[in-house]
Amino acid sequence: MELSAALEGNRDLKERVERASGVHIEDCYQCGKCSAGCPVAAWMDYTPRQVIRLLQLGLGEEALKSRTPWLCAGCQACYTRCPREVNLPRLMEAVRQEARRRGRVNDRKVDIFDRAFLQSVERYGRAHEMGLIVQYNLQSGQPFKDALLAPPLLMKGKISPLPAKIKNVAEVKEIFARVRARGGDGH
Amino acid sequence: MRYAYYPGCSLEATAKEYNQSAKMVARHLGIELWEIPDWSCCGASAAHNTDHLLSMALPARNLALAEAEGLDVVAPCAACFNRLRAAEEAVRESEAMRATIGEIIGRDYRATNRTRALLDVMVNGVGTDKIGEQVVKPLTGLKLACYYGCLLVRPPKLTAFDDPEDPTTMDRLVAALGGEAVVWSYKTECCGGSLAAARTDIGIRMIYQILRRARDAGAEAVVTACPLCMLNLDMRQGQAAAVHGDRLNLPVFYFTELMGLALGYAPRDLGLTTHFVNPLPLLETKDVLRHPATRRERA
Repeated sequence: MELSAALEGNRDLKERVERASGVHIEDCYQCGKCSAGCPVAAWMDYTPRQVIRLLQLGLGEEALKSRTPWLCAGCQACYTRCPREVNLPRLMEAVRQEARRRGRVNDRKVDIFDRAFLQSVERYGRAHEMGLIVQYNLQSGQPFKDALLAPPLLMKGKISPLPAKIKNVAEVKEIFARVRARGGDGH
Repeated sequence: MRYAYYPGCSLEATAKEYNQSAKMVARHLGIELWEIPDWSCCGASAAHNTDHLLSMALPARNLALAEAEGLDVVAPCAACFNRLRAAEEAVRESEAMRATIGEIIGRDYRATNRTRALLDVMVNGVGTDKIGEQVVKPLTGLKLACYYGCLLVRPPKLTAFDDPEDPTTMDRLVAALGGEAVVWSYKTECCGGSLAAARTDIGIRMIYQILRRARDAGAEAVVTACPLCMLNLDMRQGQAAAVHGDRLNLPVFYFTELMGLALGYAPRDLGLTTHFVNPLPLLETKDVLRHPATRRERA
């Protein structure tokens, strides 16, 4: 069948996210249980059901522009309730990763946070909470965010200015490097 | 009972009282926790949001270390528990995944061991009868909203130990400790997890809904089994209440802290003095602290 370039592109996109997530887009019969129970739906531009619908209709480009996959908290309520067992959180991840691969970051704050987190893990072998928050605040242009929480956290000994580095941090760095070597996103 | 213990990053920092009370209570009940030497981060949500393979490899390194010791793993953090289980199942289900993970982590991991949530080990492993027998300071008259959140019970294919919509493990524990678990509808509603850090504007609204429902159900405090839930419900409670023009003042406990109290340990030793919402004024109105405690030796 002859398809227009746009439709070809969308079919390719659908196949890519299906392969990455293991979800068959056509499994969804649009009942909407996912979105009725989604605790973040109120802040999304498209509901999770609508994101799948866009992919079903060959309008994947629109899904890539959506904020929804970036705001998904990964709480698994939709997947747990889906009568068709569509792993929607995995699909959201795949759409988000595909968008990023094409240079689209639809929620900068979420992206900065996740990258700062992984950088901390790669550097120290563990997440260093204080360093992570400082980096997130600076990069997201909110230097004083949660500033009032810092003194009590320090006083209670709940955060430390110094990271706890594991001994074999080289092994963790190697994990990141091997994921990148396979074409993965080691952040 | 001997387990490989995977505390996870939060338990070294913002959730240090969870670590403290978990170790204390485990020792008391005869559970030996062998901390995985040089454990590394599970990658949390950041890893699975970013790259699927990375999110499988990071937990697998820790699972391999435990497997080499021939031990099942126990994780106090709900998010770590979920990520460890996900990596374990992926390797168990697929030879190809097993080979790939092995290459990436540079260790052989065969998924012969299994990860359990600390709550599951306590309630279903040790059992509420045995825990009940050890109670010296019952939580009489304390009305608690047992909050499970998401990753402790979902997806059920991975979590497996309780009902994903109406779990009761923590409720049964609270009853065994002499407290009262209230009936409420938000016990598995998500607190936002790390979204509350990245998008606090959204997170505090999710947090407020949970706390308000707990209060409306007559709870005087909330119980959790997750360091991120604690951080959100306790540390961000002030922000969440302020934006809604409310005052909540609802203490939040780790289930291990309540176990410790009922087993006779002092609040300070359990880390109860490090919470943002001070739980001591509430506890002082209850028998658990009103009468001189049969204080146990420091662990």
